[in-house]
Amino acid sequence: MELHKKRKVINKIALALSLAAMSFGLFWLAWILITILHLGISGLSLAVFTQMTPPPGSAGGLANAIFGSFVMVGLATLIGTPIGILAGVYLAEYGRITLLGHVTRFINDILLSAPSIVIGLFIYAALVVPMGKFSAISGVIALALLVIPVVIRTTENILRLVPDSLREAASALGAPKWIMIMQVTVRASQAGIMTGILLAVARIAGETAPLLFTALSNQFWSTSMTDPMANLPVTIFRFAMSPFKDWQDLAWAGVLIITASVLVLNIVARAIFKEKITT
Amino acid sequence: MALPVRKKPSQLGDFIFANLTRSFAILALASLAGIIASLFYGAWPSIQKFGLPFLWTPDWNPPMAKFGALIPIYGTLVTSIIALVIAVPVSFGIAIFLTELSPPWLRRPLGTAIELLAAIPSIVYGMWGLLVFAPIFGQYIQPVLKATLGHIPLFGKLFEGPTLGVGLLSAGIILAIMIIPFIAAVMRDVFEITPQMLKESAYGVGATTWEVVWNVVLPYTKAGVIGGIILGLGRALGETMAVTFVIGNTNFLTNISLFSPGNSITSALANEFAEAEPGLHTAALIELGLILFVITFIVLAFSKVLLMRLQRQEGGKT
Repeated sequence: MELHKKRKVINKIALALSLAAMSFGLFWLAWILITILHLGISGLSLAVFTQMTPPPGSAGGLANAIFGSFVMVGLATLIGTPIGILAGVYLAEYGRITLLGHVTRFINDILLSAPSIVIGLFIYAALVVPMGKFSAISGVIALALLVIPVVIRTTENILRLVPDSLREAASALGAPKWIMIMQVTVRASQAGIMTGILLAVARIAGETAPLLFTALSNQFWSTSMTDPMANLPVTIFRFAMSPFKDWQDLAWAGVLIITASVLVLNIVARAIFKEKITT
Repeated sequence: MALPVRKKPSQLGDFIFANLTRSFAILALASLAGIIASLFYGAWPSIQKFGLPFLWTPDWNPPMAKFGALIPIYGTLVTSIIALVIAVPVSFGIAIFLTELSPPWLRRPLGTAIELLAAIPSIVYGMWGLLVFAPIFGQYIQPVLKATLGHIPLFGKLFEGPTLGVGLLSAGIILAIMIIPFIAAVMRDVFEITPQMLKESAYGVGATTWEVVWNVVLPYTKAGVIGGIILGLGRALGETMAVTFVIGNTNFLTNISLFSPGNSITSALANEFAEAEPGLHTAALIELGLILFVITFIVLAFSKVLLMRLQRQEGGKT
């Protein structure tokens, strides 16, 4: 009876600790979200969306940074998505068992988790140094390099879920392989591929490190792709690290905007595609 | 009667499409080669000048053009270890909760909540850590740690000095919060692949939930669990913004206290790179990036190999 009791007690303790761990995780999520909502909403006003980033000590907004983030994230998605989808199609349809397929899959999974600041250094050395200045386009390329692995991974995973009998049916009707891929397997996976793209956008929307040495930041409204461009993450970084209250308030508003967009993107992505996909 | 002759469909479309997709797969590989090559090229002046001792030289003095990576490497390793020490048991608990304890209708929302924690951008953690967490931590928690753990011989040396809020310990804690969702998600996924039959057999002979997890699920998924932990380590090593905000950013380290501010590879890069003089300073910073990339590459490759081994074992059994 002694042993029986001991086992029961150990079980109770372990399960209580597990419950505590779950509460611990949710505690941080709640604390962070409440802080962001509380301080973000009080910093939010129409001026945030209509005025430029101010010099220290005066009022202003984040209009140029929001615009810059939109432009850079949008272009990076436009560049990275087709590359990622096509490479993902290769992995799922042509390279399942080839050496190139295995190697690419392995390397891609590593690039997926590689430190984003290193991507920034790479683009700095490859683009910023030759151009002689920081520029929006180098920021775009750095972000595109982060989009590609996410899209490759989700595209391949989704295409693999398409049953092979569909592929065989299309081939049996005489469809060439590329027609079969474009009109059967890719079409059947549209929702999943879309989810991958949304997750990739969510991933880069808040990325700061790769922009620090590429797009840098800009105090003014700029639409030139060959000049530094303002963007939300780097602006938040500069403002939050500063001792000025005005700047910190604006940074909280920016954090609220970024967090809300990222969470909405994630929730929409999950709603579009119900199956669990791993990125 | 002759059968109608069907023209064989053109092979051209297939040829173009197959090679197009293949070339983009190769492009993904080429980007890795590009990263390594460009980092080497950029770091070359520093590699040439300082050689291998760069790794264990503690000076980082831009005006004197003396550079050593010891303090950033130390900061990166210490913060990542603190993060793992906190995150591994917590993630394990969360994974047990999500797979064994939680009522089924709660599993999905709770799992999603943990995944959302992973989606929050790191700059948000950083800013929250600096402006909200660090002041509270320095004022209330650190004095308590100092008064209790600080009195243990030797071990207590880790909890000495002024309670600033920012520092290596705070950076480690913020990192832990960031990597918990990654590790917990992998653990939950690998726990779920344990065959129901195995678990039910154990329950059938009277094992408690904890005994099933510890003696059946965990041994079965060992490789995957370790893979998940190492994946978390890889994230922690390369995390930039969250660390940069709270680590304190100083290149001087005079004691081993976790309360003292420090620097990590990523925070050194984030703070100094844009303002660095072209030449040796920039090269030394790029060499830091190269070191970071090599370490994380090895760590992530190791994690991937372990996770693949579990998948193969799984594939062999079903």
